[in-house]
Amino acid sequence: MKNKDRKPHYQLRRIVVLSVFALAIVVLFLRALDMQVINQPFFQQQGDARHLRVVPISAHRGDIYDRNGEPLAISTPVDSIWVNPKEIKDDLHRVTEIAKTLKINAQHLKNKLVKNSNREFIYILRQVSPNLGEKIKALAIPGVYLQREYKRYYPAGEVTSHVIGFANVDDKGQEGLELAYDEWLSGVPGSKRVMRDRLGQVVDDIERIKIAEPGKSVQLSIDRRIQYLAYQSLKAAVKEHKAIAGSAVVLDVHTGEVLAMVNQPSFNANDRSQLKPGVYRNRSVTDVFEPGSTMKPFTIAAALETGRWHPKDNVKTSPGYYKVQGSTIRDMRNYGKINLEEIILKSSNVGVSKVALSLDQDQQLGMYMSLGFGKDSGSGFPGERNGNLRTEHLSEFERATMSFGYSLSVTPLQLARAYSAIAADGVIYPVSFLRREEPAQGEQVMSVATAKKVRHMMERVVSSEGSASRASIANYRVAGKTGTAHKFISGGYAKDRYLSVFAGMAPASNPRLAMVVMLNEPRNGKYFGGQVAAPVFSRVISGALRLMDVVPDDLKYAQNQLLKRKGKSI
Amino acid sequence: MNKIQDKYYYPSFSLRLIRILHLDHILLLGIGALLMVGLVVLYSAGDESSALINRQFTRIGLAVFIMLVIAQIPSSTLKFWSPWMYVAGVVLLVLVLVMGDVGKGAQRWLDLGFIRFQPSEMMKLVTPMMIAWYFSEKPLPPSWRTLIIAVVLILVPTFLIAKQPDLGTALLIFAAGFFVLFLGGLSWRLMIGMSVLAASMLPVLWHFMHAYQKGRVMTLLDPQSDPLGAGYHIIQSQIAIGSGGVYGRGWLNGSQSHLNFLPEQSTDFIFAVFAEEFGLLGGLFLLALYTFIIIRGLMIAVQGQDTYARLLGGSLSLTFFVYLFVNVGMVSGILPVVGVPLPLISYGGTSMVTLMASFGMLMSINSHRKLWSK
Repeated sequence: MKNKDRKPHYQLRRIVVLSVFALAIVVLFLRALDMQVINQPFFQQQGDARHLRVVPISAHRGDIYDRNGEPLAISTPVDSIWVNPKEIKDDLHRVTEIAKTLKINAQHLKNKLVKNSNREFIYILRQVSPNLGEKIKALAIPGVYLQREYKRYYPAGEVTSHVIGFANVDDKGQEGLELAYDEWLSGVPGSKRVMRDRLGQVVDDIERIKIAEPGKSVQLSIDRRIQYLAYQSLKAAVKEHKAIAGSAVVLDVHTGEVLAMVNQPSFNANDRSQLKPGVYRNRSVTDVFEPGSTMKPFTIAAALETGRWHPKDNVKTSPGYYKVQGSTIRDMRNYGKINLEEIILKSSNVGVSKVALSLDQDQQLGMYMSLGFGKDSGSGFPGERNGNLRTEHLSEFERATMSFGYSLSVTPLQLARAYSAIAADGVIYPVSFLRREEPAQGEQVMSVATAKKVRHMMERVVSSEGSASRASIANYRVAGKTGTAHKFISGGYAKDRYLSVFAGMAPASNPRLAMVVMLNEPRNGKYFGGQVAAPVFSRVISGALRLMDVVPDDLKYAQNQLLKRKGKSI
Repeated sequence: MNKIQDKYYYPSFSLRLIRILHLDHILLLGIGALLMVGLVVLYSAGDESSALINRQFTRIGLAVFIMLVIAQIPSSTLKFWSPWMYVAGVVLLVLVLVMGDVGKGAQRWLDLGFIRFQPSEMMKLVTPMMIAWYFSEKPLPPSWRTLIIAVVLILVPTFLIAKQPDLGTALLIFAAGFFVLFLGGLSWRLMIGMSVLAASMLPVLWHFMHAYQKGRVMTLLDPQSDPLGAGYHIIQSQIAIGSGGVYGRGWLNGSQSHLNFLPEQSTDFIFAVFAEEFGLLGGLFLLALYTFIIIRGLMIAVQGQDTYARLLGGSLSLTFFVYLFVNVGMVSGILPVVGVPLPLISYGGTSMVTLMASFGMLMSINSHRKLWSK
């Protein structure tokens, strides 16, 4: 400093500069103190309010198993892969790695990302296996994310689709048992606190508030092997006879458990993208039909229960028709004088009508009602129908037609349940789709003797002299009844449209299984229940008996076979 | 100057090398530490992108090179070129207004075909150089005439830049020029008078301000008035700083920045990221580091060889502090939002180069003084 008297002046300036400097630093420090110490909780809370959120954790839906523990519906964790095109911009060359791992077209994917480069979320591939998801994660490409989802998978596909139904993408039961047991299967969703970024993407889990309770699993009464047999056989029959629809139900006669229930047309619950709503219907419980001749054994049972009728009692059926209140009931031909056994064997409408009209109305309809017609089967299946059984203001003619299966309607399941009562020596059980852990509470609706007699009559139907010889099974005795009902269409019965039914049980000496097979409108020439439906019964029940290790009861048949073989070998 | 004497004063080889390169090891230490802290924070603020760090590293390399080159130029040479550079700078500023590139809504860039640069950045250095040169030729304290000419010399680039509009840079240039006036001996009475005049001019200034600039001032007064619009930056950065607390959330753990709530988090608002992750203690450390550099700069200025060197050195050091204060003040909500980066830490090349060039000048002032005093 050359000018000495200026010096204090500049000294002051230095002090001012340093003071202002120090003051500014102090201001900044105080501001920091204010924000980071005094008001820290406020800012912390404000920050948390911006990025902490409580979100639900979806509960794993319970699995559905068959009676042997085979899976019929399972929820598997899957990953959906999505990208933020904005974030991947710098690493676009790595898209080929993703494409290679996922086995998709790399150029296609690249174009998609470039086209959507101003968006922040696009899916690359949805619902891939977690294994593949891990591989994508391992690539560690910025902007590529996984999203955990559950996918409902039905291993048996079409085979069980009507019984199981399905759950939608939100894991809510929509049809079938998925709907019936939805609450049980669903479990309770939990919740967690997560950290989300400005775009709402979950970045990190902070804490579990409530653990998700997984849904409970369900063990069904269905036996997947019998179900598969029934599905295959019914499908083949529907195809062969060009029927528009078909149903088959197999019941365990001592428990009321449904062992198999199939319908045609069916659908694959794993891929419902292009289906018409009609195929979802479980026709075995939702569709009713007039059972036709399959109703006759119950009329005969009602007659036997009165004690006034015996199997060998004769009824005059000539001249092959019978006038009731001005209307005519016809047989196929004039059977002449035949006994009750023969009425069932030849399926005489005249005969069974005369027997029915000899009973009180209560005796006839009481039997029908106690066999479960006109009310629900106790299965709890969604959309199940009760059928129609009128009990009041019935004319004689109506009672007569009811005796051979007209003027009332039933579901295939109801019919199978009624047959299982005859099979179980007169005890009827509520239907169950769940595997029973305890013996079922049944109700005796007819005497053991009556049930045995009716069974014996129905055995003759399946023999070579009857209409349903095709229902017979090697080594086992079979009892059953065919039905070929004219379809009731818009106010009248169609001459050329039929419902072909076979209902039966096996082994006849001590039945284990009852089954109903119904084909709607076979249009390929054959339409008799014995031609169309009986073979399905034979295939399914013979397989089922073998699967269940049921001891053969037809020793005569077995001996004949043995002798034949010996004769050949000599 | 001979090697034996050098060896005596600077026993270690690296210090000798620093001396030969006309550098100042104390300043280098502070700058180096700050750049290091900067890269660490930037890694967190830039979502851990190594590409970002690489680019910033390249810029630092370039800036250090420019600092090295400028440190070799004696301040007498700088002084000689000052008026020419000033004239060239003003011409370029006019060119920018006439034919500049538009970026982010303002004309700041000049495309010279082979390089794009901001003449306004250059003026941050050239304006104080010009005023220092002008004063060095005149007796101090300056006469009225000298003062008025100096004020005009400051206001010309200030207005040209404010018109781009780039309020932050205009403010810094005005401050740099003003510091030369102040250090040159602007009388207290005049200063007080000018302050009063400036205060009374505020409503007029308000009238001429752009709508967005008015908005920023209003936002400062009441950020909640528009929490999703103009107030968003301020609210988010205050939340980030506040939730840092005393010890901070830890490196890479700042929730506001890592969840993208914080805008401009690697550039102008990087201090919020730092404060959230390192807390009050980290903030104090950073302030101490800046203070260390500024004090060293002021010491160099005081020991300057001549008036030009002293004025320029003082102005550059104080401008560096204004940088810091304006940025931290704006991020913490005590000053309106103006585009001033956190010096040596914010992501970006232009301000980095300018700042390092100013440190080169300080080093030149320091090292060449000793050579001459021989």
